[in-house]
Amino acid sequence: MTEATLNKLKILAEAAKYDVSCSSSGTVRRGRKGDGVGNTVGGVGICHSFADDGRCISLLKVMLTNVCMYDCAYCINRRSNDVPRATLSVSELVELTMEFYRRNYIEGLFLSSGVVRNPDYTMERLVRVAQDLRTVHRFNGYIHLKSIPGASRELVSRAGLYADRMSVNIEIPNETSLKYLAPEKDFRSVYEPMGFIRQGVLENKEDRRKFRSAPRFVPAGQSTQMIVGASPEHDRDILRLSSAFYSMPTMRRVYYSGYVPVNTYDARLPMLKQPPLVRENRLYQADWLMRFYKFTADEIVDDSHPDLELEIDPKLSWALRHPEFFPVDVNRADYEAILRIPGVGVKSATLIVNARRFRRLNSEHLRKIGVVMKRARYFITCGELEAPCVADVSPDYVRRKLTAPSGKSSGDNPLQLTIDFGS
Amino acid sequence: MLVFMFDGTFEGLLTAVFDAYSRKSFPDAIVREGAVLPMFCDECHEVIADAEKSDRVWRDLGRKLSAAALSAVVTSFLCELPDYDITLFRYICRAVNSPVSIESDFSDPDVVEVTKMVRRVSYEAMRVKQFLRFQKAADGTYFALMEPLYNVLSMAVGHFVDRFSTMTFVIYDKRRGYGYYYDGHEVRCVTMPDTLPHIATGRLDESMMDADEKLFQDMWRTYFKAIAIKERMNPRKQRQDMPVRFWKYLTEKNG
Repeated sequence: MTEATLNKLKILAEAAKYDVSCSSSGTVRRGRKGDGVGNTVGGVGICHSFADDGRCISLLKVMLTNVCMYDCAYCINRRSNDVPRATLSVSELVELTMEFYRRNYIEGLFLSSGVVRNPDYTMERLVRVAQDLRTVHRFNGYIHLKSIPGASRELVSRAGLYADRMSVNIEIPNETSLKYLAPEKDFRSVYEPMGFIRQGVLENKEDRRKFRSAPRFVPAGQSTQMIVGASPEHDRDILRLSSAFYSMPTMRRVYYSGYVPVNTYDARLPMLKQPPLVRENRLYQADWLMRFYKFTADEIVDDSHPDLELEIDPKLSWALRHPEFFPVDVNRADYEAILRIPGVGVKSATLIVNARRFRRLNSEHLRKIGVVMKRARYFITCGELEAPCVADVSPDYVRRKLTAPSGKSSGDNPLQLTIDFGS
Repeated sequence: MLVFMFDGTFEGLLTAVFDAYSRKSFPDAIVREGAVLPMFCDECHEVIADAEKSDRVWRDLGRKLSAAALSAVVTSFLCELPDYDITLFRYICRAVNSPVSIESDFSDPDVVEVTKMVRRVSYEAMRVKQFLRFQKAADGTYFALMEPLYNVLSMAVGHFVDRFSTMTFVIYDKRRGYGYYYDGHEVRCVTMPDTLPHIATGRLDESMMDADEKLFQDMWRTYFKAIAIKERMNPRKQRQDMPVRFWKYLTEKNG
């Protein structure tokens, strides 16, 4: 470990930073007393720090090498880019991970790599790192491994024994666009390793039913990532693809990455002043609606509304398009209906269905529980409330009310007399 | 106005509940020993913590509440906020009085308050797990110091023992002047004088550091800078998720 390693770490972290996934969730593993270090907490995982761009740092996100034989237009590490290249040795990376972990800097390792020589050669080295960590250093923390597109099934099966989560990035949500931007890739090269992981997990499930001590295979499932704004797809296409992914038995997360213009000279890519951060945020909100609020992709976006509105969130947008669904009676409606009220989250919906067994709830109770009444009041009834419902007044009226700039910032308060003293 | 004064311990609070029922008079305020009495105080009853009385209240509470709600009562008490004692007192009394469990009655202001406090205290414990940073000393002991808002070190220490069972380490709460030392076998509570330089600053002196410690700290700082995407700078989000009060002892934010 020397200064040279420090420089390599800098180059390789910068090369890896455009990968969004950083979660350390999905698996609970107790520590082994007196044997190595590490446990995983499951639940939401632990974020150890937050970088200057506000993204969490949970895992040591780094590439084994940023040398790559592919030439994908959207990637900073493409072959034709003139960037400093570096390669970490397996032992360097293993020591780095262990030392960072012992100081409580990280939850584990997120390892990815550029493709060198051929996919199998690259994958083999990734597996070696994970294997060394687990068997030699008895590391029991979180490991997230990238599966290299085109790697053989044997290597993926070996990797799965050491990794908690594996991922293959689809990057571009449409095959034609993918081939246009990354001529060496197609959907098959992405779906194939995903299939290997899925089969491995399902077979392992079967094995563990017979033998309880059978080692677990990728216990935290797999994830993938799509770049948003580098190709002309609509949000409808993106969300339909995500929803197809979520119907795969092992897919836990789909990440959306607003395209950061890294290769501005490439004419195949759009010119952007800055990454589409609002759109990315709306996509995540839509993703949440599918995962926790029981919405389907076609409810959120359809052919008449192929893109999410940037001005309001997708749940409010759905509510304004469906005024006939409201008002929802919070004292009677079932949990699923309450979840659909704008201003009510999963937490408050649970609290509501629990609390209403004791007494009828009124607006004061709802406010205490944590419902955002500013938004929710147009969509609910609770026996006493006199607010206009979205079904009575027009959705346009509600939209105007909710998107108007807040009273504090705007100067035109009718109760406040403004006196012009001249100059 | 009737005021109960107790010694600030959990047993003391449970004994206060016992006393209220045996005296058949319930307090309007509860203060901790040494605190100034509120205005218009007619009578002040001094609660003397008693293991037998508090056990009886605790057993009775156990019959009325689920295990999760019992643990919520203890967790929220760790906030140690003087204003919160009367809320918890009322919550316990309501739980004892009610024939059914009140723990999910979120239309009751005290239940909502207790639920919120549990969330805040467990969140602080989570932050200890997130933002604690160990430094390796020359003798191989890992040292970390923090100043959490609530008294949550006891909630986090089990996590670190489970995770680092082969290391010897010290976790110290500077605000409350105590910490835990784990020697590889068992955990001991320790106190250290504030005058020690590494307790005062939270940082080990270079003479006390392990040979490689400085290098790994530099590496972590380098990594922290390198992983941020310049085009997406968002300092507000950073401060939201990692409040500035933790930055003092974070390796990546110092040096």
